[in-house]
Amino acid sequence: MRTIGEVAVPLIIVSVMIYALIHGTDVFSGMTAGAKDGLKTVLGIVPALIALLPCVYMLRASGALDALCSLLRQPLSQIGIPPETVPLMLIRPLSGSGALAVGSDIMKQCGADSFVGRCASVMLGSTETTFYVIAVYFGAAGIKKTRHAIPAAIIADIVGFMSAAFFVRLFWG
Amino acid sequence: MLFSIIITFMAAFSLIYGCLSGNLAAVSAAAADGAREAVNLCTSLCGMICLWSGVIELMARTGLSERLSAALRPVLKKLFPSAAKDRETMDALSTNVSANLLGLGNAATPAGIKAAKGLKRLSGLSSASNELCLLVVMNTASIQLLPTTIASLRASLGASAPFDILPAVWLSSLLSVSAGILSAKIFERFSKP
Repeated sequence: MRTIGEVAVPLIIVSVMIYALIHGTDVFSGMTAGAKDGLKTVLGIVPALIALLPCVYMLRASGALDALCSLLRQPLSQIGIPPETVPLMLIRPLSGSGALAVGSDIMKQCGADSFVGRCASVMLGSTETTFYVIAVYFGAAGIKKTRHAIPAAIIADIVGFMSAAFFVRLFWG
Repeated sequence: MLFSIIITFMAAFSLIYGCLSGNLAAVSAAAADGAREAVNLCTSLCGMICLWSGVIELMARTGLSERLSAALRPVLKKLFPSAAKDRETMDALSTNVSANLLGLGNAATPAGIKAAKGLKRLSGLSSASNELCLLVVMNTASIQLLPTTIASLRASLGASAPFDILPAVWLSSLLSVSAGILSAKIFERFSKP
């Protein structure tokens, strides 16, 4: 299972390029058009990260994050979730760039290839900005009574966080 | 607005907590560090994000997205029986799901909104119908096959194989989406439209 991930980058790029070439798609202009979009994406997240990262760093430097972690260490270890990921789990449903900022801080502190760093990555990859999505979709459809959508979405998030920690432990234990 | 309150609280709380714990000097340095790190992070992320956007754009141009949405249709018709009767809504719905799978965020949201409007029209309700709730729940759970932004972040922070998390991401996404669909199906029995 682990080797899939290790060859993934070149394998995906090469197979997409060959597939596109066979289908008569202009590979170069497709790649450059996408890269241009990518620049726009990055430009979009720079201001958000500049606003958010100082807040995250200040919270860590004040000692408050470590205090929160040690407070939650006991209850969270019961379900296998590393307490260092608490800030990520709190911010993930609210803001995509916020989660990116917190996730990068966690990976910087613990290492991208550490257990905690991998947990944070898998959590980021297997969940979404739940409340933002709910606001956008129901807002656009003009619906105020959302019934069971929010509880079901929150359950999906909690299951995502717990299984992220579970599978990282299983694969890299 | 909620988010503005949260980040203001974070900043204010770190100031107060820093005062009390004697870490005030570290807090002042951290604000500057954070801003600098934000720009550094974006420069190191930029190349990878652009490369992956290029690959994903290429995938979209080959028509992979259309083929995927055609393949998904039979499953979606089972999950969304009322949308199955309306071609336009079904098209929007399958485009939404396939764009989410391929990580085409720019295509997923407009299609999803179109599907949400269609589902509301078909249900004739002012509250969210069962199928609309299901659509929203599926969109709040991530079903992206290639989490390229996270891989870029991992690569820029020194991961040896940024995509080695793929199997774990797939399995935990699958569990999370299934839990969302299952709880939506269970809860819909108890909440009146």
